[in-house]
Amino acid sequence: MKGNEAIAHAAIRYGCDGYFGYPITPQSEVLETLEALMPWETTGMTVLQAESEVAAINMVYGGAASGKAVMTSSSSPGISLKQEGISYMAGAELPALILNVMRGGPGLGTIQPSQADYFQATKGGGHGDYHLIVLAPSSVQEMVDFVALGFDLSFKYRTPAMILADGIVGQMMEKVVLPGQRPRRTEEQVREQCPWTANGRKGMRRRNVITSLELESSRMEEINNRLQARYAEICANEPRWEELGVEDADYLIVAFGSVARICAKAAQLSRDKGVKVGILRPITLWPFPEEAVRKAAQGKKGILCVELNAGQMIEDVRLAVHDALPVKHYGRLGGIIPSPQEVADVLEREFVK
Amino acid sequence: MTQEIIIAGFGGQGVLSMGKILAYSGLMDDKEVTWMPSYGPEQRGGTANVTVILSDERISSPVLDSYDIVVALNQQSLDKFSPRVKKGGILIYDVNGIHKRPERDDVTVYPVDAMGATLELGNSKAYNMVVMGALLEAMPYKLPMENVMKGLRKSIPERHHNLLPLNEQAIEKGRTLI
Repeated sequence: MKGNEAIAHAAIRYGCDGYFGYPITPQSEVLETLEALMPWETTGMTVLQAESEVAAINMVYGGAASGKAVMTSSSSPGISLKQEGISYMAGAELPALILNVMRGGPGLGTIQPSQADYFQATKGGGHGDYHLIVLAPSSVQEMVDFVALGFDLSFKYRTPAMILADGIVGQMMEKVVLPGQRPRRTEEQVREQCPWTANGRKGMRRRNVITSLELESSRMEEINNRLQARYAEICANEPRWEELGVEDADYLIVAFGSVARICAKAAQLSRDKGVKVGILRPITLWPFPEEAVRKAAQGKKGILCVELNAGQMIEDVRLAVHDALPVKHYGRLGGIIPSPQEVADVLEREFVK
Repeated sequence: MTQEIIIAGFGGQGVLSMGKILAYSGLMDDKEVTWMPSYGPEQRGGTANVTVILSDERISSPVLDSYDIVVALNQQSLDKFSPRVKKGGILIYDVNGIHKRPERDDVTVYPVDAMGATLELGNSKAYNMVVMGALLEAMPYKLPMENVMKGLRKSIPERHHNLLPLNEQAIEKGRTLI
């Protein structure tokens, strides 16, 4: 199935309570597949096409405030519209899953694949000091797997999580293994797992308030410190990455998402010519697998960062290795996808000569 | 075994669905598969293409420079992709509407009259399955017909399953073109 369709199947099977979205290419199949599967008749999951992206993200805020596992999806311009809601959710410490199937920008840009929203996804995106947990799938199987992982991490740390995919992963079709159907949580389970929710006191406890507003500066600083402590915990525990042929390599390619697969083929082409290239693929873009990149870079002659943008992740790579070795960028813009041979040629030109 | 295939033609010729049926057939034959379409407005006119990779191993890049097999169904697609057939690979093209033939002597070239064969069948909608038949016959990896039929069942909506025999007939017709 297609990556976008896989997201819909995975959401239902996770026991997701609600999806709120607004169509945009290249991810409209998420909403379309959910409508076709009609999960409201089986699991009771709500699927709603909102009047706009802004409405959808605020519906997600509402659902999350009542402890429900809720999600939305969009593509770059639509994700920009959602930023206010995302910042509010980070401030109100609400878990939710957001899917961005990136397309080329800026502005309405193009409907073709891109990775130009790396900065927006990993450095905040909206206003205020916050981070999302950002997962970058490179296969349709990971589109499936990261729905559960994204929700689980999001609930564990009470912060929104984002699946940052691109038009390639969204549109391509591959073999997938779907997980079994998990029942949606009952109201009692929600109460037990999320004692912070605004879902009715039942005379049992003090009232819970879900808000991102705190006018008393000292208390607002405390809230910020609490968030920062949580982000530090996420950075310590949750970096994920995949390595391919790194150990014996002379050169390292760092790439994420579908581009990492193009680079894997490029590395094979280079190895066929006797140039030893390894791949490090960050799976969590935030927290960035800094330590892993630093270790993988040891003893290497150079790093090539390949991205469908003008050079965004390369900043995190350079911070990780403190410029101890040459770090070069190669990217294509505007929806153009580099071919494996093109990447292999660039690596040779930049480093091997 | 790895077969890297691109099918290219006009939007509406059934290029994407042919790729999908091929991918599903490979899946039914227990292969790893990747189906990567050109997407967007070209689906509604203009050129459309789809890359299908069938392999015994994990598939890396869904985007390729060169292909084991190129299937070109119009002049633009032939011009664009015939230089990208790997040496020793296979190039299949429909001769209808082709005024400039490909200049490759290092690959096996199959010019086929798929449109003519389709018209003989009497249903122009079966065009892509005639092409599929030619591809299956020319492809070094021999996909068993029973798994192709399973792939067809999977990718055609159930309400159209009455058309399965016609599709099978079209595939068999296409095989005779090679």
